[in-house]
Amino acid sequence: MAPNPSALSPVFETARYRKDFPILGQLVHGHPLVYLDNAATTQKPLSVIEATDRYYRETNSNIHRGVHLLSQKATEAYEAARERTRAFLNAESANEIIFTRGATEGINLVAQTWGRKNIGFGDEIVLSCLEHHSNIVPWQMLAEEKGARIRVAPIDDDGEFLLDEYKKLLSDKTKLVAVTQVSNALGTVTPIAEIIRLAHDKGAAVLVDGAQAVAHLRVDVRALDCDFYVFSAHKLYGPTGVGALYGKLKTLNAMPPYQGGGDMIATVTFEKTTYKKSPYKFEAGTPNIAGGVALTAALDYVAAVGLPAIAAHERDLLVYGTEKLSGIPGLTIIGRAKEKAGVISFTLGDIHPHDIGTILDRQGVAIRAGHHCAQPVMDRFGVPATARASFALYNTREEVDALEAAVRKVLEVFN
Amino acid sequence: MSDLSDLYQELILDHQKNPRNFGQLDHPNHHAEGFNALCGDRISLDLLTDASGVIQDVKFKGSGCAISKASASMMTAALKGKKVDEAELIYRQFHDLVTGKSAPESGEALGKLKVFAGVRDYPARVKCASLAWHTLEAALHDDQKVVSSDEEEA
Repeated sequence: MAPNPSALSPVFETARYRKDFPILGQLVHGHPLVYLDNAATTQKPLSVIEATDRYYRETNSNIHRGVHLLSQKATEAYEAARERTRAFLNAESANEIIFTRGATEGINLVAQTWGRKNIGFGDEIVLSCLEHHSNIVPWQMLAEEKGARIRVAPIDDDGEFLLDEYKKLLSDKTKLVAVTQVSNALGTVTPIAEIIRLAHDKGAAVLVDGAQAVAHLRVDVRALDCDFYVFSAHKLYGPTGVGALYGKLKTLNAMPPYQGGGDMIATVTFEKTTYKKSPYKFEAGTPNIAGGVALTAALDYVAAVGLPAIAAHERDLLVYGTEKLSGIPGLTIIGRAKEKAGVISFTLGDIHPHDIGTILDRQGVAIRAGHHCAQPVMDRFGVPATARASFALYNTREEVDALEAAVRKVLEVFN
Repeated sequence: MSDLSDLYQELILDHQKNPRNFGQLDHPNHHAEGFNALCGDRISLDLLTDASGVIQDVKFKGSGCAISKASASMMTAALKGKKVDEAELIYRQFHDLVTGKSAPESGEALGKLKVFAGVRDYPARVKCASLAWHTLEAALHDDQKVVSSDEEEA
């Protein structure tokens, strides 16, 4: 059979991929939808939508408890999602993959189990200035309970993570470093491998927040050697309400359970309960089975398109968009790190980002306006909020042109 | 579909560019702070009422979007010289106007504030228009907590 010519083409076939996303065909306020809020959540391809639908039509049953056929099929599908996620992260064992509601729950799980056992009075937790609130608040709650201290690694005016400053914060007191791989507010890609190595030199464990990274970079938890890694499916073309926590098996097995309930126990009497091993020890109750099945479909979709190709395409949009937007009078791009994911955060004179967001919305352009759940980043740049456009594999240069035209319209309204 | 100019009316843009009564009073007898966690909008409101319950002076400070700033500015302009119970009436009519509970042309106490009728077509912006007014309520009732219009019921 002759090879498919398109498979040989170096051109990223955005037009073809766009057809996989039914939501993109709609009009918003009479204009074609230009969806540039992908760092908040990505749209879902048909294969993900259909996987959910098919699961409920054909397979739905509870897992790990039925002897009947549907229960076995549902269990197999859910465990296949765990294996698929293991492969995606290149973890050693599927027992290192714990399904959660999302990245936020993954971080809270580590804080409430590993953290409560291993962080004590006077210990230090190192975060970075780039963190999303979900990688700040759980640690603050833990630090308050234990009398531990939060230290914050700074960034420079371009939004770059400052390795030298970070190094100075590390000491024998450092028990944990929790840092994002990609900043949601600025797009900065942090030097995560170096961050992990330096932390390990001091004997500290490392949690990587991969919520913004997984859709743009190939992640290899074994090469990174991180102790924990979290992500959410919905930022990766998958469903909301499901995500994964990776942890090294030795670490996971030494951790106390998270929530108590069914499916996480080995034996229960009123006198004593014994727990299963990881991952089931951390997965009390009936999980989001359909979500797991749909996550498999999302990971398959991303693999079929290819993460390197997606990254290159988004890079093109980032460069093109940065150039286009920079030409608009009064527009300032916040975050100019050398290594950036497809995120353009900006301000426009003294026009508030919420006004920008409303005016863009009326032209069909969906962006995020606000503090992006990263108030320390906003404080660092002395702004209450920014407008943020973020790209995904289905975005086009024409959409960037529409963004530019819509931003110029904001200037017209406020002339 | 409503036009953008229904929201960003000339008068609103004028007040956001040149806010009236911007600053703080030396000796206010009512004060409150308003904050929208979602957008980061902040307002600090000072009121001076006399023994007969007339609002003698009012000033605000803060930062926010065009809608919240213009709303605060036009609110202060509308309140000066009004009795507290008249202010309460304007507050209720304004609330009904921006949440779409009343007809756009109703609310006889509102006067120029009727330019905010367009906000009803922008549900995400109702809380921007309401922040100053929730803060006014808190100030008049001497509610010490920082108010937020995030819990706006509309």
